[in-house]
Amino acid sequence: MKIHHWVQFIFFICCFFQLPALSKAQDGNHCAVKKSPYRLSMDSGKKVYTLQCINCHQADGMGVPNANPPLKSKLVTGDKNKLIGIVIKGSATHEEINGITYYNVMPPNPGINDQEIADVLTYIRNSFGNKVSVVKVSEVKLVRIKLK
Amino acid sequence: MKQIKNKLLIGMVLLATACHATVNSNPVGSDTDKLFKLTSSKPDVGLTLPSGFNATVFAAGLGKARHITVTPSGYIYVKLANNKKGNTIVRLKDQNGDGVADEELDFGSFKGTGIKEKNGWLYASSDQEVYRFKLNNDGTVANPDQPEKIITGLIARGEHEPKAITLDNSGNIYVNIGAYSNSCQIEDRKVGSMGRKPCPILDSAAGIWQFKVDKLNQTYADGVRYATGLRNVVGLDWNTTTNTLFVMQHGRDQLHTIFPELYTDKQNAELPAECLYELHKGSNAGWPYIYYDQIQGKKILAPEYGGDGKKTAGEDAINPVYAFPGHLAPNGLLFYTGHLFPEKYRNGAFIAFHGSWNRAPEPQEGFYIAFVPFSKGKPSGNWEIFANGFSGGPKNTASGGALHRPCGLAEGPDGSIYVTDDVQGTIWRITYK
Repeated sequence: MKIHHWVQFIFFICCFFQLPALSKAQDGNHCAVKKSPYRLSMDSGKKVYTLQCINCHQADGMGVPNANPPLKSKLVTGDKNKLIGIVIKGSATHEEINGITYYNVMPPNPGINDQEIADVLTYIRNSFGNKVSVVKVSEVKLVRIKLK
Repeated sequence: MKQIKNKLLIGMVLLATACHATVNSNPVGSDTDKLFKLTSSKPDVGLTLPSGFNATVFAAGLGKARHITVTPSGYIYVKLANNKKGNTIVRLKDQNGDGVADEELDFGSFKGTGIKEKNGWLYASSDQEVYRFKLNNDGTVANPDQPEKIITGLIARGEHEPKAITLDNSGNIYVNIGAYSNSCQIEDRKVGSMGRKPCPILDSAAGIWQFKVDKLNQTYADGVRYATGLRNVVGLDWNTTTNTLFVMQHGRDQLHTIFPELYTDKQNAELPAECLYELHKGSNAGWPYIYYDQIQGKKILAPEYGGDGKKTAGEDAINPVYAFPGHLAPNGLLFYTGHLFPEKYRNGAFIAFHGSWNRAPEPQEGFYIAFVPFSKGKPSGNWEIFANGFSGGPKNTASGGALHRPCGLAEGPDGSIYVTDDVQGTIWRITYK
């Protein structure tokens, strides 16, 4: 192993064990580069969530009683294609979620791209008590083709 | 459908002390078939009030308790937005005068929000209809299973569908028909979607309709669109000083979410104002074309119609008589006419703020009763928080995870006021000594 690989390895360990003094000595993005695809998707998804979703679904994903549904639900952890479709096209069906209907519509989201949709869905499927599979950008693209 | 129940109630909660409710052994007229001992329960929140005021838990566990009304004889009726074992109106009475309800009777087969007693009738609404029940001289309902349907066929399309009601002294009933939209966009709440002009919702919603109190099966064709340009009203009351209708509008949501380039998160949280309007026949409050900015003190062109947060518009729209911070969600309005409270409160406005959700990611706000003093029919001072603590603490307020949300307000014959909560269905009684 060459020396610069060793250096990289040490910084990776520093990042992994969150040793800030040493890891910061490298450029700030070094740790981010080493994040797993899952972690990158979760981080990006959280950003998208904070910009696009938090106003209705709230920081804790609990939604608003009677108005906006909570995200800890089978609708979120279930059929990915349906979920992707709701983010792309919105929903005004007011279907029951955990036995309750909610009066606000979910608007379509033309302002976020397929990668961001994959990320935000990965985030909500793995937050607020949910823990299920990630959503890949290829899955979003397939749904988008079907919706056209 | 009628179900009798002498309910076990529920301890008194005071700010500092908890008393025990006493045992009720009085039958409730011919309706009573069972008697129960009363139990007490510990308060889950403490309310803060101005000096000299006391709040007690009058009843609890009713469910989605929306509006409330009190007969001259002291029967309290609460409208539920849920079924409570098949019933949707709760009648409460404090028979032994200890400040806590000691009997309960449930009836009614339609969920809803509005309820109001007037001249020997009890008026109550579903989300599409308004019914009335004849009251006996003692304030009990004569035929709980056979209300008269006086208004029918009102629009209810999910968003803003509760039909809040109030009555004047001339045989008219006023019904809010809320807009089934946030801001009349082509696509509701979609980022950047522009507003429809003319807004087609205004023909049959987004206003207050006036009907006769005593005519059966009235439809839109029988009613009068009394006032328009009101996005949604839940708190409304007839002011007997001015002999006019006052309403609290729920202002539009999501200025930043829909137009992120024009508004910040902070502006999204504070704007627009929650407005108190005095209405006359033909009044137009301007929704969806304008909103009221309480910081600039101006009617501002809505971004869906080309506004940028600064352009003014709505020259034909009325101004609010009072403007509160955004999104507090005024669900109850009561002009206080009693003599129990100090003189400052006479003819002033109490407002039950249900609490915000649409301030996120900024902290949420509300979950309290506000007061605005009035003199000669006009606000005569700044608003203040009258009763606070319903949410259960600052953390619950900020997150919006409130334990209780104030919704309805009513004045009792002794001048005490009653507050409903539609999270758990707690009813508070506020008195003064």
